Amino acid sequence: MPQAAETVPTSLFEGADQGYSIKLDAFEGPLDLLLHLIRKNEVDIYDIPISLITRQYLDYLKLMKELNLDLAGDFLVMASTLLQIKSRMLLPLPEPEEGEGEEQEDPRAELVRRLIEYQRYRDAGLELGARELLGREVFARPCADGCCLEGFVTADDGPLELDLFELSEAFNQLLARIPSARAHEVAGQDTLSIVDAINEILSRLDGRESMEFESLFLDDISRERMIVTFLALLELCRIKLLKVIQNSRYGTIHIFPSVAATDNDGVSDALPFA
Amino acid sequence: MHFPSLNAIIEGLLFVSDGPMTLDRLTELLPDYERASVRLAVQELRDDYEQRGAGVHLVEVAGGWQLRTVPELMPYLSRMVKGRPARFSQSALETLAIVAYRQPITRQEIEYLRGVDTGAVLKTLLEKKLVKILGKKDIPGRPIIYGTTREFLEVFNLKDLKGLPTLREIQSLDEVPIFEVQEELPLGGEQRGEP
Repeated sequence: MPQAAETVPTSLFEGADQGYSIKLDAFEGPLDLLLHLIRKNEVDIYDIPISLITRQYLDYLKLMKELNLDLAGDFLVMASTLLQIKSRMLLPLPEPEEGEGEEQEDPRAELVRRLIEYQRYRDAGLELGARELLGREVFARPCADGCCLEGFVTADDGPLELDLFELSEAFNQLLARIPSARAHEVAGQDTLSIVDAINEILSRLDGRESMEFESLFLDDISRERMIVTFLALLELCRIKLLKVIQNSRYGTIHIFPSVAATDNDGVSDALPFA
Repeated sequence: MHFPSLNAIIEGLLFVSDGPMTLDRLTELLPDYERASVRLAVQELRDDYEQRGAGVHLVEVAGGWQLRTVPELMPYLSRMVKGRPARFSQSALETLAIVAYRQPITRQEIEYLRGVDTGAVLKTLLEKKLVKILGKKDIPGRPIIYGTTREFLEVFNLKDLKGLPTLREIQSLDEVPIFEVQEELPLGGEQRGEP
């Protein structure tokens, strides 16, 4: 947010004589801190006085340590980069070899490029945050959960094909519903292979146009059985016998047979598990 | 009963729709009308709302049209709407901006640009469905590549990715840079404007 940007420059090293007044969380990272130091010292970003900036940067790290703050490794990496640049600037430049017309690049150039690039994205981010956001400044009819369209699944309704992230998220929600108190049960009575689970899914789908993802996992299903069923579902997607479709974000997930079911017995041939 | 005008029909469709509606979708739902007249009607409708100074207006977001309240109503509406409004930290915004302007992009590239670890932020953005996994990059290690979603455009009130604010050059005291400043960044133009 824009106001955050305004608070940054004023707070850090002001009144350094009486001790620091700081706002530590204001810095998103080493680049943010460096930009702040450059602005505070009113120096040209294309001609950074590297020893001054390095000193102030290290002071800041020391301060963080004194305050027992977790010093992110990224800050240390930048410190060593600064020191390396500083030492390279102290060394005399080697004579450019003959035939090599190119000028030696300023040791600071790479850092300056990164700083400028970073500043552009930081500003762009602030600009994004200052836009009129849905749910903050502007509102639309709150129908996102499909209150009026739930239950309708039609092929031409532009269904969202699910990505893996959403499918596994849905599965995680299901897993969370199972009580974990069964830890001491001795397994072995009800083993289910993926092939069995595939056949079960297919037989439940048989003759129906679609079924709900959750209905596969109803009842008092065991964790193991749930996992096997889910793996079976993934396998069926992989061999393209099923389509998994979600009509709206967070909506119900539906499972469709993706080909007009041929003979289900042929399935096991295509499976690596068979 | 009088026959409703095309503008009225479209207004009804947009009112009931639970998300931005593309011109394609509208044309599909209105087979009796030419695409050009549907487009014209949408524009008339938009101007109509604008001129009336209405509480809702018709905006183009995420490649479609949606009825949204005007920003001036914010203080009144936020009292009524349940739940906290969307809040974005600076790191979330930075990361989003980088993904938006530079997609497809790997986490490593984001972290190089930001200079800090970005795993947690990315995870949150994925969960909020503002960012999605586009696939894997065909380089050693096959890192995951990320891009922005349609929800990103919807939430940030953007027509499409080209509607992103242009990246500004840094304000410099010295007008002559020592080295060449990088070219304007590509916007990942072929991002689908499809629903």
